[in-house]
Amino acid sequence: MTDAYVVGIDMIKFGRFPDRTVPDLGAEAALLALDDCGLKIQDMEALYCGNLGQAGGMVGQRILQEIGQTGIPVVNTANACATGATAFREGWMSIKAGVYDVVLAVGVEQMGKGLLGGAGGGTGIPKEGLLGSGTMPAVFAEAGQEHASKYGTTFEQFAKVSVKNHHHSTLNPKAMYQIETPLETVMNAEMIAYPNTKLMCSVNVDGSAAAVICSEKKARELGLMGRAVKVSASVLTSDPWQERDLVMPDVNSCTRLASAKAFEMAGIGASDVNLVELHDCFATAEILHYENLGLCADGEAGKMIDSGDSALGGRCPVNVSGGLLSKGHPLGATGIANIYEVSTHLRGEAGKRQVEGAKVGMTHVIGLGSACAIHVLEKVTA
Amino acid sequence: MSGIPLPTPNPITRPHWEGCREGLLRVQRCSACGDFVFIPRVGCPRCLLETLEWVESVGRGTLYSYSVVHRPQRPEFEVPYVVAIVELDEGWHMLTNLVECEPEDVRVGMKVEVSYREMSDEITLPYFRPRP
Repeated sequence: MTDAYVVGIDMIKFGRFPDRTVPDLGAEAALLALDDCGLKIQDMEALYCGNLGQAGGMVGQRILQEIGQTGIPVVNTANACATGATAFREGWMSIKAGVYDVVLAVGVEQMGKGLLGGAGGGTGIPKEGLLGSGTMPAVFAEAGQEHASKYGTTFEQFAKVSVKNHHHSTLNPKAMYQIETPLETVMNAEMIAYPNTKLMCSVNVDGSAAAVICSEKKARELGLMGRAVKVSASVLTSDPWQERDLVMPDVNSCTRLASAKAFEMAGIGASDVNLVELHDCFATAEILHYENLGLCADGEAGKMIDSGDSALGGRCPVNVSGGLLSKGHPLGATGIANIYEVSTHLRGEAGKRQVEGAKVGMTHVIGLGSACAIHVLEKVTA
Repeated sequence: MSGIPLPTPNPITRPHWEGCREGLLRVQRCSACGDFVFIPRVGCPRCLLETLEWVESVGRGTLYSYSVVHRPQRPEFEVPYVVAIVELDEGWHMLTNLVECEPEDVRVGMKVEVSYREMSDEITLPYFRPRP
């Protein structure tokens, strides 16, 4: 089986663009990714397009109507917050299977402001209508409180995640925000669902990202191995059965399952990972995922944020892009934007926020309901 | 909480809602593995068999986790309110609201019991409140 490589990848600066359209935003990212590797739309053998808000709207085809109707197959994916990563993974599978040699994956989303509703409705007991509990901040707040009651994690430790990620985004010109948010500001911001304040909730923004994925043979033929990034693992999971059938979406188990599979597929361990872009949809979530991804031992996540291990310059920097908390979270685009961030570091092109000497990186997204996607990316050593 | 949207019982959930109306907290249990299953569904997610039967819970338990919601998704909900995961004495989990308790007094591990609120002729909601 061939190895698959990212040869071209880019994202637009995340923001709010109410006067633009979803296909228009997607087309911009697609052209940026093609430019990144010097290829054209007529070189692409298939398009995998992730978008959630207009899941029935044939967004991929509408992107081609803007940049070139070459008649290639288009697959549109929707998988909650794992939508973009799922589109990328479909492309990766087509390369691994040897069906195509070079394909395009696009993730795009246009979002309004406000709270996101709950997913995973279950069978006949509508959580939101009944209990007012379907707000995403509340779901992740309860998951955080579970951690707090087990390990003594504090409100301040959760808040530090937001301080760190906002600081990181001051170094990322493509992030929605470039502002420092001191600890007091984060802790005193409007309380949305304790312990998540407004600054501990991801930002709803518009955005798009795209990647050109290529077989090894084709990448060599095209002379694109110089800046290529190897996809050494691509994993997608759903919720495995758990001893205790939690009534709230289980944000931990599918991530633990996915990370175990990803490390096995890539033939590495968590200690080999130099940087991680993980799903910090809420500050509480980032703390949980340190442990779910094996970046620290169970119960040590509070210590990990206190010690600076997860900050730029630390043992394993997490969300150097600013993360969903400050770079922004356009649902369908997030998965590919994470892959862009890690690829940029592996290429040594991340400027002021460069993780020095980065050789292996990991991306993680989780869509409630649930879908967890993890990718392990490796620098190509010629 | 008045005027909030109410659930519509369906063939799978109806025994639960009818129980609430009668003051009984009904939950499904798998006759093969013995697991309690909530929310109601067709088959046991562990055994992958349609071996679920309805049993009555004692309606007492402890607070497993919670959040205090200050910004609701729908305007019908009065804030702040406490969304809670209760661990029933039988070991299963239920999502509910904690009532008759100030948000600042909520603690993980506190003892709670079911407290029914009649919302309409058909629907009675199973909230929980602190117990001594």
